[in-house]
Amino acid sequence: MKTATSGLSLREPHSVEDAYRMMREERLTPIAGATDLFVGLNFGTLDARAFVDLSRLDSLRAIAVKDDVLHIGALASYTAIMQSGEVRERVPMLVAAAGQVGGVQIQNRGTLGGNIANGSPAGDSLPVLAVADALVVMCSVDGERRVPFTAFHTGYRTSVLRHDEIIVCVEIPRIEGRQWFRKVGTRAAQAISKLVMAGVRGDTTRVAIGSVAPTVLRLPRTETLLSVGGNIDEAVAELQQEIAPIDDIRSTADYRRQVAANLLRRFWSDTA
Amino acid sequence: MQFTLNGVPATVDAHPMRRLLDVLREECGLTGTKEGCGEGECGACTVLVDGQAVVSCLVPVAQVAGADVRTIEGLGTDHALQHHFMNEAGAQCGICTPGMIMTASTLPKDATLEEIRVALAGNLCRCTGYEAIYRAIQRANEERA
Repeated sequence: MKTATSGLSLREPHSVEDAYRMMREERLTPIAGATDLFVGLNFGTLDARAFVDLSRLDSLRAIAVKDDVLHIGALASYTAIMQSGEVRERVPMLVAAAGQVGGVQIQNRGTLGGNIANGSPAGDSLPVLAVADALVVMCSVDGERRVPFTAFHTGYRTSVLRHDEIIVCVEIPRIEGRQWFRKVGTRAAQAISKLVMAGVRGDTTRVAIGSVAPTVLRLPRTETLLSVGGNIDEAVAELQQEIAPIDDIRSTADYRRQVAANLLRRFWSDTA
Repeated sequence: MQFTLNGVPATVDAHPMRRLLDVLREECGLTGTKEGCGEGECGACTVLVDGQAVVSCLVPVAQVAGADVRTIEGLGTDHALQHHFMNEAGAQCGICTPGMIMTASTLPKDATLEEIRVALAGNLCRCTGYEAIYRAIQRANEERA
């Protein structure tokens, strides 16, 4: 469906400082890869009319390791993430997740910052960031602030991001333990997940799951059971207490409960 | 705004939030690029921006200012992919074909069948069942080798 452009405006900052200033002065919706936002706009389901294009802010595209912490710029595309030697070495589960986002065309445009800002509980990269103990770095004219990824989303598509702030970067510390990722959808490419899970099995085991609650969830009680050597059956029972799936257009609550249990078992056997 | 279109400088007067797809078809007259789903699922509107395959239905035209945009018309009338899509019957209704060919044109000539399948995962065809399409791409790649 063709976009009705009348009434739409687009600001095009050429530096991050310009962008921060514009976002302080006006109420603007950021666009990066546009791979999700334009779907809503084309179908008339997006209320926003005033936009700011962040895609020219090349300083937000870098992927680098500083002081043993991996910094992934908010504008890094899924393709750039898959091609980065640093990401491949340190966070292979993020490479796996990036390869499951849409098809190549979406991977070429979609950004990690966009996946976070969009805030869908089905976002493919989000369980990975949750188990990676990632920090989200946000910036405005007031300066920078960092929040743990697990504290970023406050509810269904809501977050601590202020309307004058931009997500600039994600910081991922070195991860000890074996990493695991699995997405379940109707087909391998181009499907929004019915369920998506990431795990790290090490001295302290971490598990996060998407599409089973209003936000992506870490499963602290399940993790504790697995970390202290509890058996997988107990962990699966605990997982069922920690998730709150619903019926929606992509799946049912019953199916999600069953698959969540299956995925936890698969994570545990694959990383044994 | 200005960009390079199939190797030639182009200037268009378009709202910055218009879809690249609409600008190509309606302002530039290049109707080889097709609209399928309009939501980034089917790949029919695939074009190359700075050498990367993108779905032009999800690109605000402002984002290609200064970029190198290549459409199916930019491959000319004597391209190996075009011949082999015909020879192998890799096209039936033809709506997906320009997108298929643009995505295929980004593959290295030594791409394996698995790599071809992964690259084309974002291009849907409802007619051929894909085997003829994969074959056409393999034949074209053999010719390039």
